[in-house]
Amino acid sequence: MDTNTVKHIATLVRLGISEEEAQKFSGQFTSIIDYFNMLNEVDTDNITPASDIANSQNILREDVVQPSMSRAEFLKNAPQSERGYVKVPTVLGEE
Amino acid sequence: MQLHNLTIQEAHKLLTSKQISSVELTQAMLQRIHDVDPKIKSYVTVTDDLALEQARQADERIAKGENVTPLTGIPFSMKDCISTRDVRTTCSSKILENYVPQYNATVTNKLADSGAVLVGKTNMDEFGMGSSCENSAFFNTHNPWNLDHVPGGSSGGAAASMSASLSTFSIGEDTGGSVRMPAGFCNVTGIKPTYGRVSRYGLISLVSSFDCIGPMTRDVYDCATVLEAIAGHDEHDSTTFNSPVPQYNQNLNKPVKGMTIGIPKEYFVSGMEVGVESSIQEAIRTYEKLGMTVREVSLPNTKYALPVYYLLLFAEASSNLARFDGTRFGLSVSKDAKDVIDIYLQTRHEGFGDEVKRRIMLGAYALSAGYYDAYYLKAQKVRTLLRRDFETALASVDILLAPTCPTTAFKLGEKTNDPLEMYLSDIYVVATNPAGVPALALPCGFSKDMPVGMQLIGKHLDEQTLFQVGHAYQQVTDWHKQLPPI
Repeated sequence: MDTNTVKHIATLVRLGISEEEAQKFSGQFTSIIDYFNMLNEVDTDNITPASDIANSQNILREDVVQPSMSRAEFLKNAPQSERGYVKVPTVLGEE
Repeated sequence: MQLHNLTIQEAHKLLTSKQISSVELTQAMLQRIHDVDPKIKSYVTVTDDLALEQARQADERIAKGENVTPLTGIPFSMKDCISTRDVRTTCSSKILENYVPQYNATVTNKLADSGAVLVGKTNMDEFGMGSSCENSAFFNTHNPWNLDHVPGGSSGGAAASMSASLSTFSIGEDTGGSVRMPAGFCNVTGIKPTYGRVSRYGLISLVSSFDCIGPMTRDVYDCATVLEAIAGHDEHDSTTFNSPVPQYNQNLNKPVKGMTIGIPKEYFVSGMEVGVESSIQEAIRTYEKLGMTVREVSLPNTKYALPVYYLLLFAEASSNLARFDGTRFGLSVSKDAKDVIDIYLQTRHEGFGDEVKRRIMLGAYALSAGYYDAYYLKAQKVRTLLRRDFETALASVDILLAPTCPTTAFKLGEKTNDPLEMYLSDIYVVATNPAGVPALALPCGFSKDMPVGMQLIGKHLDEQTLFQVGHAYQQVTDWHKQLPPI
């Protein structure tokens, strides 16, 4: 996997990455993915992909409003907040 | 009598017969932690004040004879990925270094209700990503049997805290061997329960379809005691089973004579350390002497377990760790941030270690358009085959027996430069998690002065048989009683 692909993936997962890191990961990813390619040996025609573990029945309950964490309590961990909201910089670009 | 070396069962007898108090037991444990843990470094946080308060409450319960459970007044440690209200919960990551949860995990609540005493939170590979505890963002944990060696991972701090007698029991978490592999490296008993047996609510997710919280203890009796206390249905986790939790210890002494052990032939291939193989063979002979039948079985897709496990782990972890974005909790790096995307990029760059970055990126790659069918979907299909392997093998035998690792604990730094080499140390423990089946790890000998672990693998929800067979072994061997020279 080349460094441009590594950088592209880093952007997709919102991970800042340096040139040096991209080069290091590029070599490591190539050997890991080569190893994964051994799965191509397995015949999986007509095999259903696993989608659950064991407990596959639906569990239903009444949708009842219950008390949850208070806003003040929740905001204790927010890096920045204002007037009861989590504060972040511009999301939608300049006005 | 050394208070820190007691089993839960022994401590419970002394507590309820008023020969010791929980405060005495807890103080002794905290003292030992402060004396010995600077060498081992198994704890990220020690909760002295909380522990002494919980111990006082436990002593009151015992004095009144009300609500006394087998865990009342017993000191324990917990892996730092399980949420504890008002106690820092870090996942050994810089991104959560100062994170203090506002709520308890269900397991934390159950243990608090039982009267157990939390003495601290244990070190781990960052977010559970690793096999040696060397991926902790804070410090390495040392194997109490030899300080130059790793304790295993990712629950390395939990295993080391048990091995060095720094807690009476410990709560670990097993996504792909993270309880069993370090248990084997540190001479500890530990179980990865059936997926869905123990609630994951409040566990900081690594792989939601693999993650299993499980106890680490001095012996099988204690392991059964703790699992019974933490297992059960939880309305906050829809993957938990509704079926009642058995009283495991009631049937522990049932004879194993006539039962059948399956030995998966694919697990006994070249590359296994000689002393590991001979310890496992000796354990098999011990079971034969106990009247069990031993039969070779096949898990034909074993060689694909590791790629399946890691591909699915990368994919699920990539998605689960998207929540760490520097806006609602945890580290936030916003130096000259022009927009919210800058906060994401900077926070995640500074907050995550290399292994976490690798896995998030490889997961996104495996899930991306053009590669989804070749990697993620292919792995889910082979996962179906892995599950069938276990179903087929376990249809003809009562349990499977295998090593927990091809080697004993390796040296610190030995595998840190080669991620793939590190992944390969999980080869015997990963297959059970994609399949969901339970597995019990227990000490079975030594190779070059380092502990060897074996695992018993059972049918879905049949922890009872694992405990019964494991207990039978510990009645005729004393490997689990060996303590490191520390």
